[in-house]
Amino acid sequence: MAAPVIATGLTLLVGSLLFAVLGYDPLATLQAFFIAPLNSLNGISEWLLKASPLILIACGLAVGFRANVWNIGAEGQLIIGAIAACGVGLFYPDPDSMLLLPLMFFAGAIAGMAWAAIPAFLRARMNTNEILVTLMLTYIATLLLSWLVHGPWRDPAGFNYPQTALLSAAAMFEPFDYAYRLNASVFITVVAVFLMWLFTDRSFLGYKMSVSGAAPLAARYAGFRESAAVWTGLLAGGAAAGIAGMAEVSGPLGQLSPQISPGYGFAAIIVAFIGRLNAFGIVLGGLLMSLLFLGGEAVQMNLGLSAALTRIFQGILLFFLLAADFFIFYRLRRIPEHA
Amino acid sequence: MDLFIAIFTGTIIAATPLIFAALGELVVEKSGVLNLGIEGMMLMGAAFAFWAVIAGLPMPVAILAGALGGAAASLLFGVLALTFLTNQYAAGLALAIFGSGVSAFLGRNFGSAPIDALKKIYIPYLSDIPVIGPMLFRFDPMVYFAIVMFFVISWFLYRTKGGLVLRTIGESPETAHAIGYPVIRIRYLAVLFGGLMAGLAGAYLSVAYTPLWVENMTAGKGWISLALVVFATWRPLRVLLGAWLFGGMTILQLQGQALGIAVPSELLSALPYLATIIVLVIISQNRQMLALHFPASLAKPFRPAT
Repeated sequence: MAAPVIATGLTLLVGSLLFAVLGYDPLATLQAFFIAPLNSLNGISEWLLKASPLILIACGLAVGFRANVWNIGAEGQLIIGAIAACGVGLFYPDPDSMLLLPLMFFAGAIAGMAWAAIPAFLRARMNTNEILVTLMLTYIATLLLSWLVHGPWRDPAGFNYPQTALLSAAAMFEPFDYAYRLNASVFITVVAVFLMWLFTDRSFLGYKMSVSGAAPLAARYAGFRESAAVWTGLLAGGAAAGIAGMAEVSGPLGQLSPQISPGYGFAAIIVAFIGRLNAFGIVLGGLLMSLLFLGGEAVQMNLGLSAALTRIFQGILLFFLLAADFFIFYRLRRIPEHA
Repeated sequence: MDLFIAIFTGTIIAATPLIFAALGELVVEKSGVLNLGIEGMMLMGAAFAFWAVIAGLPMPVAILAGALGGAAASLLFGVLALTFLTNQYAAGLALAIFGSGVSAFLGRNFGSAPIDALKKIYIPYLSDIPVIGPMLFRFDPMVYFAIVMFFVISWFLYRTKGGLVLRTIGESPETAHAIGYPVIRIRYLAVLFGGLMAGLAGAYLSVAYTPLWVENMTAGKGWISLALVVFATWRPLRVLLGAWLFGGMTILQLQGQALGIAVPSELLSALPYLATIIVLVIISQNRQMLALHFPASLAKPFRPAT
């Protein structure tokens, strides 16, 4: 577990250098980026609110990553999940029904899985690279969302803004306190983390998938089917991302607009890696990544720095994490010149 | 006829960034390295070139700046993948995210005004030939340069000893190492070359194709280039043909939007991505051909035994 800590430390170091080069006081900026956002109850609420989808998606993705199934399109699966959930919320005949929220939950999960089933089928049956297919489907999902909110689903009473009508109260998760945005959907993430732990540490299927990833030949010799790993990995990621999308529309968003995710689906890939593809690590990774999003917004508002810093920090963090692994797997040793 | 000429020339122009990026990636992959970060390198190239133009530097210098921006980004990947032996998928993804962040950060003050695009050159006499002139001889120099690079890379890979060594390293780095070739150094050169080419592709987008700065302006062209290499089954001529095919798709879709075809513009915009998937599926059916040209050591870290 040393590598993520080292990587985080080095990222902070490079971050402060970067701030210094840009002409900002490094310590004050780091404080504004990583500490100030958590200074209030609202800050904590936002922190957990953003960490929740990241952790949820990362748990789903890690199931696939363990078996070397590369679902890079969680962002698209999130969007499709959000669309399906919002569709149920908007068009279900009884907008005050108690059934609405559960129905939206399943709609989100199934839609996310369906979107991920396309690359799963193509990889398992048609031998097609899932990295490219999941990515292309993300672009298509973004365009589909854009079409819906500009066209058929646009709120007629919305002053021509590209957004849907607001969902009814029954279609939304109740916040713990109406002063803050954090809501009951975090419990979904808690359950997902537990399921993820059960799956990876306590189930035979999880074990088989780890073997498929670590030693494909051994897995084949043992008779573990590769296509089972492909399907399980992609559907787990798709379901998690779809549910995360549903939790966004039923939580902080309350409606669809062209931009519904600040890149949770992509950031969750990094969270899965920082978390070493295990449940406990992913929770910590998600909290860290959420702080990067919050910090990016905070320095943009308070110091006028670009929110693109968040993506820079994400990249640097992953770079350092990967590099730190090297020094842990391979111990460096000085060899005398003419030994 | 005018419409035909417009579609033809539009196709050639739209294909140009794809040709640069995909040919660069082809060389990288032929050396046995998989760099997924083309999108990030292209964005770096686009930002650097645009910045150079705004700073008042002459166009050739700006394009060079773009190429160097891409190369600098690729070096980050190289250090991780080749020196630190990291998982190449993860390192490439990190580069894609990092490049998108850095380019957006650099571009925060670029404004939204267009710049004077790279000038088209009318080749004397030839450009006056009816039909053929406007179709073939009125492009900006980068279009011709992309074609030249195609010939250079085809020649290098299959007609020179250097190309043979590079391909050997992609098939079996152990063999190349045993013979005495510096595997890691050659892979570094290949990765840097891929970065230069992706940088050129990005530069072309920001100073010639769009002449505007828009955040994440590559819009998946880096990933499509990656798909093109698979589509081409790792052969240069097919990269070229594939790029033209996708360029044509882009232009037909734009023409369709311009003509106001009664289809939502988002659906038309989705066509290139959909086509990428379909083409990948078709190509993936021919496992034999894929296996024949696939660099056998692709994405496998190699550490020379000491």
